[in-house]
Amino acid sequence: MDDTRSLEARLDVILQVEFSFRNTSEAAASIATLAARDQAYVIDWVERVASTNVELGFQYACRAVRALGIMEPNQVDSWALYAMDCYDREGLQSALKVMRGLDDFVRESRERAIGSVLDEQKGVLLGFLQGLSGRKLKIETSDQAYTDTETLFLPRMLARLSNPTDNFLLYKAMIAGLWAQTRYGTFRIRLDEQVLGESEPEAFLELFNALETLRLEACLERELPGLTRQLNRLKGELGEARLSGEWTGIQKELSDTGITARDTLTLTRRLFGSMEPYPPFAYQGMLRPDRVAECMAARAEREKARFRVALKLLSETLDETRDGNADRDRRFSKREHEAPEQPEDRITEILLDGKPMPLPEEMNELMSSIIMDFGEIPDEYLEPAGPGEYDPALFNDEHEDPESVWSGVYHEEGAHLYPEWDYRRQNYRKNWCAVREKTVVPVHDDFCEKTLEKYQGLVKHLRKTFEAMRDEARLLKRQTQGDDVDLDALVEALADSRDGREMSDRLFTRMHRTERNIAVLFMVDMSGSTKGWINDAERESLVLLCEALETLGDRYAIYGFSSITRKRCELYPIKGFEEPYDDEIRARVSGIRPQDYTRMGFAIRHLTRLLNEVDARTRILITLSDGKPDDYDSYRGDYGIEDTRRALIEARREGIHPYCITIDEEARDYLPHLYGPAAFTLVSEVRELPVKVSDIYRRLTT
Amino acid sequence: MQSETIKTDQYRVRDEPFYQSTGDEIEIFEAAYRNALPVLLKGPTGCGKTRFMEYMAWRLNRPLITVSCHDDLTASDLVGRYLVKGGETTWIDGPLTQAVRSGGICYLDEIVEARKDTMVVIHPLADNRRVLPIEKLGSLVQAGPEFCLAISYNPGYQSVLKDLKQSTRQRFIALEFDYPSPQLESAIVARESGVDQETANRLVQFAAMTRNLKGSGLEEGASTRLLVHAAKLIATGVNPVSACRDAIAQALTDDREMLVAVEELSSSLF
Repeated sequence: MDDTRSLEARLDVILQVEFSFRNTSEAAASIATLAARDQAYVIDWVERVASTNVELGFQYACRAVRALGIMEPNQVDSWALYAMDCYDREGLQSALKVMRGLDDFVRESRERAIGSVLDEQKGVLLGFLQGLSGRKLKIETSDQAYTDTETLFLPRMLARLSNPTDNFLLYKAMIAGLWAQTRYGTFRIRLDEQVLGESEPEAFLELFNALETLRLEACLERELPGLTRQLNRLKGELGEARLSGEWTGIQKELSDTGITARDTLTLTRRLFGSMEPYPPFAYQGMLRPDRVAECMAARAEREKARFRVALKLLSETLDETRDGNADRDRRFSKREHEAPEQPEDRITEILLDGKPMPLPEEMNELMSSIIMDFGEIPDEYLEPAGPGEYDPALFNDEHEDPESVWSGVYHEEGAHLYPEWDYRRQNYRKNWCAVREKTVVPVHDDFCEKTLEKYQGLVKHLRKTFEAMRDEARLLKRQTQGDDVDLDALVEALADSRDGREMSDRLFTRMHRTERNIAVLFMVDMSGSTKGWINDAERESLVLLCEALETLGDRYAIYGFSSITRKRCELYPIKGFEEPYDDEIRARVSGIRPQDYTRMGFAIRHLTRLLNEVDARTRILITLSDGKPDDYDSYRGDYGIEDTRRALIEARREGIHPYCITIDEEARDYLPHLYGPAAFTLVSEVRELPVKVSDIYRRLTT
Repeated sequence: MQSETIKTDQYRVRDEPFYQSTGDEIEIFEAAYRNALPVLLKGPTGCGKTRFMEYMAWRLNRPLITVSCHDDLTASDLVGRYLVKGGETTWIDGPLTQAVRSGGICYLDEIVEARKDTMVVIHPLADNRRVLPIEKLGSLVQAGPEFCLAISYNPGYQSVLKDLKQSTRQRFIALEFDYPSPQLESAIVARESGVDQETANRLVQFAAMTRNLKGSGLEEGASTRLLVHAAKLIATGVNPVSACRDAIAQALTDDREMLVAVEELSSSLF
């Protein structure tokens, strides 16, 4: 009984019973029935969940014991984590639904055990799909399986078969089926218009789909016999293998080469009313003519424009290379011939003045996409675009302007999403920070010149020391092989051999280049607290640093960071690795202005990713900062420090050396915990920052 | 100090190598050869550049000295060096010098892999001077009319470090190689490996699928050479799906997801 009471007291504290009407006695009583170790486990989790939301923690406490009874411990963990993810994503109601719907979760996790989950398989399936040919199709999650000719929509999870492998195969078959619709011209007839005149368009479409599926299966069998075998096995498992008698006849009719979607349509018209479609196969997708028409119309316009502009560019390049008759009218035409193996495939060549033209790769892709839609290159496409005929916006895939995020409805288009570590939960919050790269408004003033003038002596000194660090070719002596004979060694060796001693074989010299091969990224604090002379000192340091690094020849990049809540994490590229140090960069350095708060985790994670893309033997991430991690939404204290620490651990795991230069007097309290005892420097005087930074870099890399 | 006698006979190509011409490259190469012009072959890996050189060496009846360039290849490796033998130094000609002296064809494979300074030694050979200066001997070797310099390079590499300098590339007649058309390619695969036409067609279809993935997961699609490898395995009785996995997919990538995706493609085909 004592046990229960102390548990209850503990729960009361964690769940803040004092301020609410929660009754923890029942939960405490149930937890008390567990073994001591399990009790500790549950309490620990109650604490973790309650750190996200107290009510959620209470609900967890009420159900934890039952959950432990019906699930494996790791599943119980993932149940709690899933609920917290839902809280992060959609709020309390949805999280409570997960908590209360324990049984649903159990059922679903059983299904997951045998099923195949799209998110987990997406990488493989996308590779499979894009390998199949044609347009670069995408995959997205939806309740129904269908395609709009650019994206395949697939269900989130498939669990119709008894094991994950077969369910994965079902995905594969679904993809192949939908791909076949785009590949073998199902949408070359305007289905949306065709069904208009029908009395029951839905039923008509169903019958058409049934017939078209049979036609496509025949096409697939010709091109992908292996897949057909797998598909037939699946159908056997699902009891779909046998079609009724009259259907087999129709199937035969639709299996001939040369049958097109138009023939299927004619057949549908003939049979409609007299025949019911067979129950759809498990892998069979829906037809959504409305979505297809919408998507195709947009694409047709875009691709026509692109194609014609490409032809124009092509003929312009030809004019440049073969001048003389530049003003002569060029005529593009096409020639089609049949490929011997695949009669449904015709090879189209583009001719210029009657002669075949080799096309650049992008144009070939464009052409195959157009042919997928129309079955040919329509004649009006062969007219090169006139000057200014098309709006250039047609050529850009539509992206929302990242700057517009805050002016209208909030969106996460164009943002990188990064997780964040919640130490109380002992787990990540998924897709927590929305990170955007923003531009620094360059300020063309005399800031750089002034700085260089101010530190004239130092600059000279820096140049000299950094020059000495530059890698040089060194002559290695006494090598076993090399470009030249090492005369000293040879003389010695000959003398040795005269004396009867053994002659060395190290007789050559070789040039050896020691390469520094370092890439360094500077992460500059642009939080509001840097306003004033800290900001000036930071900018001055960067100017001096750039001068020094230019002499040295190391690759370097500079990024500023600032944030205000997790939804608005911003990175300001000041200099990319590939950008040369020029007036533009100098103006950007000069234009660095204090912004908002200091969330550090996202910046470290994003910059780690950038650093990893650089090919260098040593990668360094140097943070210039004036204080602890801190942001508007509870990103402070231990939370901020632990997330930053986690991000740094991730960076180190990727082989990056993080280092921190700070002017925060209290930094000694937390920096060793973040960066380790030897990977930071505390500069006590802001004035000294410009002098110190280059010097620290020199020490760090020699 | 004396030169080693050159045994270039071992470099002769005696039997006609199988080479399937895809355009007018044979005529162009011959014309370049007659005019003593150096030749640059560009194209993706495994599309037949080396085979083409063997074929041309056979056709022109010249010895073919091939050097596969690597990032530690020095000028001395090409030109020659002194070695110490029994208390004396002996000069040994490098492959390039051998080819110049014997009037052979010197083929520098994947030239961009070599160190930048190495590339410069071929410059005087690749313009109208046609001489090879041997700095250490203090002599110039004049190339005869039979000598021919050919280099190859794969423009598909994305790395900026592996680009051919203008001063080098603008000395050459450049022939572009690409994967042959599907019909030709399947004829080549069938002929090289002995598989039937149907299997060869499927393999070529598979290659097209991997080439579709170039840029979205794979760095390169499957080359004709890989297809021939896979076909040879199939001809010896290996199951086609395993052959595609081990000869093609595993050779293309280490990425787990990509491997599975490629394998799904091959299992759909066979």
